[in-house]
Amino acid sequence: MQSASTLGYPILTTVIFLPIIGALLVLCISRGKELWIKSASLFLLTLTFVLSLPLFVLFDKASHSMQFVERQEWIPALNMQYYLGVDGISVLFILLCSLLGILCVLISWNAITSKVKEFYISLLLIQGAMTGVFCSLDFILFYIFWEAMLIPMFLIIGVWGGPRRVYSAVKFFLYTLVGSLLMLIGIIVLYYQGGRTFDVMVLMGQQYPFSLQFWLFWAFFAAFAVKVPMFPVHTWLPDAHTEAPTAGSVILAGILIKMGAYGFLRFSLPLFPQAAVAMAPYMLALSVVAIIYGAVICLVQTDLKRLIAYSSVSHMGFVTLGIFALNAQGLEGGILQMLNHGVVTGALFLMVGVLYERSHTREIANYGGLASVLPVYASFFMVFTLASIGLPGLNGFVGEFLILLGGFKASALAGVLSATGIIIGAAYMLLLYQKVFFQETNPKVQGYTDMDAREILTLLPLLILVVWIGVYPNAFLSFMHVSVSDLVLRLAEHGAVPLKALEAAALK
Amino acid sequence: MDFWSQLQVMQPEMWMAGLAMVVLLAELMFQEKTVIALLSGVSVAVVAVVNLMTPSGAAFGNMFLSDGYALFFKYIFYISALLTIFISVRYLRVEDINHGEYYSLILFSTLGMMIMASAGDLIMLYLGLELMALSTYVLAGFRRSDPKSTEAALKYFMLGAFSSAILLYGISLVYSYAGTTIISDIAQKVKDPGFRGSGQLVLGVVFLIVAFGFKIAAVPFHMWAPDVYEGAPTPVTAFMSVGPKAAGFAVLTRVFIVGFGSASVDWQLILSVMAVLTMGVGNILALSQNNIKRMLAYSSIAHAGYALLGVIAATPEGVSSMMNYLFIYAFMNIGAFTVVILLNSKSSKGESLDDYEGLAKTHPVLSALMLVFMFSLTGIPPTAGFMGKFYVFQAAINAGYTWLVIIAVIFSAISAYFYLRVVMYMYMRDPKTTVELLPAPTETVAVFFMTMMVLYIGVLPSYFIQLARTSMSL
Repeated sequence: MQSASTLGYPILTTVIFLPIIGALLVLCISRGKELWIKSASLFLLTLTFVLSLPLFVLFDKASHSMQFVERQEWIPALNMQYYLGVDGISVLFILLCSLLGILCVLISWNAITSKVKEFYISLLLIQGAMTGVFCSLDFILFYIFWEAMLIPMFLIIGVWGGPRRVYSAVKFFLYTLVGSLLMLIGIIVLYYQGGRTFDVMVLMGQQYPFSLQFWLFWAFFAAFAVKVPMFPVHTWLPDAHTEAPTAGSVILAGILIKMGAYGFLRFSLPLFPQAAVAMAPYMLALSVVAIIYGAVICLVQTDLKRLIAYSSVSHMGFVTLGIFALNAQGLEGGILQMLNHGVVTGALFLMVGVLYERSHTREIANYGGLASVLPVYASFFMVFTLASIGLPGLNGFVGEFLILLGGFKASALAGVLSATGIIIGAAYMLLLYQKVFFQETNPKVQGYTDMDAREILTLLPLLILVVWIGVYPNAFLSFMHVSVSDLVLRLAEHGAVPLKALEAAALK
Repeated sequence: MDFWSQLQVMQPEMWMAGLAMVVLLAELMFQEKTVIALLSGVSVAVVAVVNLMTPSGAAFGNMFLSDGYALFFKYIFYISALLTIFISVRYLRVEDINHGEYYSLILFSTLGMMIMASAGDLIMLYLGLELMALSTYVLAGFRRSDPKSTEAALKYFMLGAFSSAILLYGISLVYSYAGTTIISDIAQKVKDPGFRGSGQLVLGVVFLIVAFGFKIAAVPFHMWAPDVYEGAPTPVTAFMSVGPKAAGFAVLTRVFIVGFGSASVDWQLILSVMAVLTMGVGNILALSQNNIKRMLAYSSIAHAGYALLGVIAATPEGVSSMMNYLFIYAFMNIGAFTVVILLNSKSSKGESLDDYEGLAKTHPVLSALMLVFMFSLTGIPPTAGFMGKFYVFQAAINAGYTWLVIIAVIFSAISAYFYLRVVMYMYMRDPKTTVELLPAPTETVAVFFMTMMVLYIGVLPSYFIQLARTSMSL
């Protein structure tokens, strides 16, 4: 097992706090020196990414226990610890997080012109907080990162977003806050039931009565379902994604909404296995609704970003379907699909951002025939479109295939219904591609310049990932095998619901 | 204990009384009011130091208690008095109400609060409360040429007089039941099974709740707060929303947990209903306010509701969480008011929400500070507001009041909207006018200090929580 000491530096702390300390440094740069601010942010995030790479290389794939663990007393008065660690479920997200951070700076280079300093400070702060969410093993530490992220995100959407930004920002904030606060109550109750500790690993090592699991499951569900977002609490997402600036959309789609699914994996399933098993049918049903509903809505969207936003609802439906299939295939597919979705949807938002910088419109009707004007751009977009549809050989296929496999095992009906989601998915993405890139060349798009080096550099890493995961998924799946099978074992061992408890719950 | 060593226990109060009078007289000698401000600031600091060296103990037959509990509250008072003095200097000049009595009134009011926190006897408590209240009535009306300020003072005085009368009535009812006004003796009487179920006691308890509810501005006894907070000079509003409120909590907790801790009267239920109403009315009415002082007034009503949860829990944990909450609240609330004061100049009042439009563009630092205070008041980590709320919720859940906490979190989610609105105005709108900012050095020091504290306690609250816990030996 890798520990922090063998590495020479506390890697998780570094990856979390380098951007946060960096934000303080950027704060000290004078307002006028925008180039300095941008370069400093780029440098800091690149450094963070480089320093996070050992996680990928040194991670012990044969162990399901927490690795790179760091543990310190933090608030002894309230039994809170500074406790970090990663396992096969979380490690890849930290890498994705630090990669997308760099891309967000690159894509915002020319797009953000007002309050530049504040923007990059927000970006750095959110980067640190998001990473923190994925490696916290103390509930309160987790909660603090989880909530602290809201402040910069609120500002990113509300200050630098589109025309309806304020409405979207507030909606986003309030939705998430309500969910999180209910989870906070759940955390406190768990603290007392689990022997006065916020230590996630200790809490996981215990069994809770079914009725308690039941309530806590829903308390945590409130927070995670809003973040994912699951139907019917998804309505903040189209607004937030659409109105956010490109970097904001990328963070939202790439990382932020993964946190909900991650929360299910990290907390809900292992802590409340009985409730998870008992509630799984409902969760599957909600997932299927999200898949089909999201996809159908996409068919009628006229706004580029809104279309991609709704496709996220559909894709995240697949993720939750995989998770609540509660078998190895489903779980692995779910985790991989979270990564895939982060890469592909992140890339699509970046692509739209690139286009928006030239046209300043998101209406699909304002485009047409782009393929002849922007050939490089069109090729990139094609690859990401196909990946989003799930073309074999690209990453989307592997994830969706595994999820469907797991889904069929759990419930044939859910499997069949969600498979239709893939078909509708192909329909709306290809229609989109056709309307934007083929057909008559819209006179408005004449004279656009193709992607420059900075933009290509922004998208290239994601393109590589799309192909890499698609061709050799095992490079990534191998990280999660052991952790996932441990989770499945746990669910099988502790997940059986005592019949009496079910009856009692039904009577209530 | 002989007389002199009993007096020793009262040292800080005596020093405060003496120094307040010195400040009052100094007004005759010094034309320059800054000197008086300085003198009063030094006075508070001196008293704070003296307080550290004061032996703890009870004096005059338990009428006056100098214990950790009182000490903790007194430090909240010192901090809020000191910060109020810091943020008043320029404001008084700008508003043309630069009279020296102002500072001595703050000191007298603080003295009243100190006596309240230390009161081990209902009459002593009443004395402190009146001293505090009378000084703040005058302070509220200090902008005497402004009808709003006068109205505030009058309203505050009328309703305050009512509540004092009710308090006295309550005390007399309790006395008629227990035969004593010493709180610890009342506790003995209440325990006696022969005394249980007396109508006088129930009525007395209800009257005390009404009177204290008025001081902490709990619903339905909050009606005075918005008007008074809006009309009073802003530094006074900042002071009133923290000091007297904390003092109200100090006596409420001591009287109910020590005095009626084992009474058959279910005062916790009454307080629970009040807490729900307080959080509800405070947060919901704050939603529609366009005057920031009024908005903060409703917000401070709501915060009393959260702090009440700690009292209702009635466990050592609950009480210390309430103390910790009030301590944190002092920094974030006075901080928010300081930003309002900083925006106050001859040309603009800085009180309407419109004055905050685009502030992030014209004054980025000031808006960033306001942002911290607003998020702290909402209770978003990593600010102190979160730690305060968290600890209170935790204590309440442990005491079995999960339903109350659920209501509290729903209302605190609602509260996010009006705090965010300020942030929205600052960051997401374009400025219409540029407000000139000429902060006095004292204000700058104060506002940065408060921001630092809000962030520091938000990340490392251990020391303060531990302090509240060890002080909490009632």
